Amino acid sequence: MSTITERTPATTVTGTPGPRAKKSRFRGYNWFGGSLSWLWLFVVMLPIYWIVITSFKTQDTYFVTNPLAPPTDLTFENYKAVIEADFVRYFFNSVVITVGAVVPAVVVSFMAGYAIVRGAANRTIKAMNWIFLTGLAIPLQAVIIPVYLIIIKLKLYDTLLAIILPSIAFAIPLSVIVLSNFIRDVPKELFESMRMDGASEWGTMWRLAFPLARPALVTVTIYSALNIWNGFLLPLVLTQSPDQRAIPLALANFQGQFGINVPAIAASVTLTTVPIVILYAIGRRQLLSGLTAGFGK
Amino acid sequence: MTTIAPPVVRTKGSSSSSGGRSGSGSVTWMALPAFVWFVLFGIIPLFGVLFLSFTTWNGIGDIEVTGLTSWKAALQDPGLPHALWVTFVIMALSWLVQTPMSILLGTFLATSKRYRELLAVLYFIPLLLSSAAIAITFKALLDPNFGLGAGLGIDALNQDWLGNSTLAIATLIFIVSWQFIPFHTLIYQGAVRQIPTSMYEASQIDGASRMRQFFSITLPQLKYTIITSSTLMVVGSLLFFDLIYLLTGGGPGDSTRTLALEMYQKGFQANLMGPASAIAVILVLVGLVLSLLFRRLGGRADESQLEGV
Repeated sequence: MSTITERTPATTVTGTPGPRAKKSRFRGYNWFGGSLSWLWLFVVMLPIYWIVITSFKTQDTYFVTNPLAPPTDLTFENYKAVIEADFVRYFFNSVVITVGAVVPAVVVSFMAGYAIVRGAANRTIKAMNWIFLTGLAIPLQAVIIPVYLIIIKLKLYDTLLAIILPSIAFAIPLSVIVLSNFIRDVPKELFESMRMDGASEWGTMWRLAFPLARPALVTVTIYSALNIWNGFLLPLVLTQSPDQRAIPLALANFQGQFGINVPAIAASVTLTTVPIVILYAIGRRQLLSGLTAGFGK
Repeated sequence: MTTIAPPVVRTKGSSSSSGGRSGSGSVTWMALPAFVWFVLFGIIPLFGVLFLSFTTWNGIGDIEVTGLTSWKAALQDPGLPHALWVTFVIMALSWLVQTPMSILLGTFLATSKRYRELLAVLYFIPLLLSSAAIAITFKALLDPNFGLGAGLGIDALNQDWLGNSTLAIATLIFIVSWQFIPFHTLIYQGAVRQIPTSMYEASQIDGASRMRQFFSITLPQLKYTIITSSTLMVVGSLLFFDLIYLLTGGGPGDSTRTLALEMYQKGFQANLMGPASAIAVILVLVGLVLSLLFRRLGGRADESQLEGV
């Protein structure tokens, strides 16, 4: 228990030398902090536990059994009901929206991030960088009315593309900043040697910077995907028909549709969350490091 | 390869002496796709909302420029000061609950190696869930007839959590804390681990108690982190929409109708896009003033830039 050098998920993306945590200061356990953490963990887990166990109960047993007791006989009826309520279509819509927005957003952000590092002396680039930095502060809610107007003018209202186009834009500023910060740490000599080998900037970008920036690319991909998958306002404002419904909006509708059938509602929440949990399991470290990057100073 | 290499180097070298600028010029276009896209759907709408606030538009028909009509309508509506008030109440209370909790939890996690990894994994779960999923979960959980309180038969838990004005605000603060304390805890945890060990060792030799160390070392060292985290909390709280929309719809009555909700209802439910745009402009201004204020406090531009997270 002397010094803790092990890297936790919260270390920065840039991989600064692992900060040395302080030595354990007292031999005694921090009872206050400890009890608080476990209490909060209980508070955090309780609703999640409840929603998962409830999703496996039948509506009849739900009303008569202890709500915190695990189901005595597992039922998949609720999941069946959710899937029959066109869940697959909504799921597919959300996949199309998320993939359709994240892939272009990450590619153009990577190119911009590369340009910002390589063209640091260029005024146009500097101005663009400033716009991206400032752009972080633009809240989607505040500009939703003009976005709606633009989508109507483009005749895209009530299509998946209507959600994709603004989603790309709002994923760009943070992605550009995270990626450019990462590419900036690539040693200058590597760029120089690529140039000596006669590689163009375009080639250098894809063959040198892209593989090196992989951790940062994973971070921005997961972070943007999470935001877009969970996005509610754009689908709410820009689509109308059930055919174009994304998952968060579908959830709101399930709630109305299932009414007091709490187990079915629980199943819909659980089912929509599974993809995110899988994504989290795959990219947990990158996601955490990306989210907390730069905060630790 | 080696025989061909030298001339390549020479030509490249000679062109780069004059072409330093053309070298950077050639990368400018790489930034263009991202830039153009962001201008189209981010910057233009920002000016667009200012423009629309001087027009009258029902969301479908023609847009008419009508000067200050929409602003007058928006500012004369008693709903606006009320929404501002509700927004600030939620902002202040959620800050007051989240900040001390996150600092305490973060400090504990930073010093407890044994559980850090496990707790960090589990603490993060609420941040993965959509606000829609969280709203629906809590709505079902807190239902006075079918929720947890009713099922357990504990009267203290069986309140009309979302049906009573005061309780609804308190419930909302709780759910917001549930969703975001984990994130801020992780920020504080990272920051506490950056505090030099020597400071604690020195104070320990002087016989400082754990409490004393917390108030004399940990808290002052966390100053900038507190500012960063508070900026994120406060500016973020302006934008709670999904959660409140699905949980209470602004109700009961108008007791949880925040600025963002007021804007949505004006614009997309009452079809008054002009006044709704005026409210959106106010929303942007409030956010801007708040983040500038925090930036002043911290004086570190690089951190306050991250309010979009």
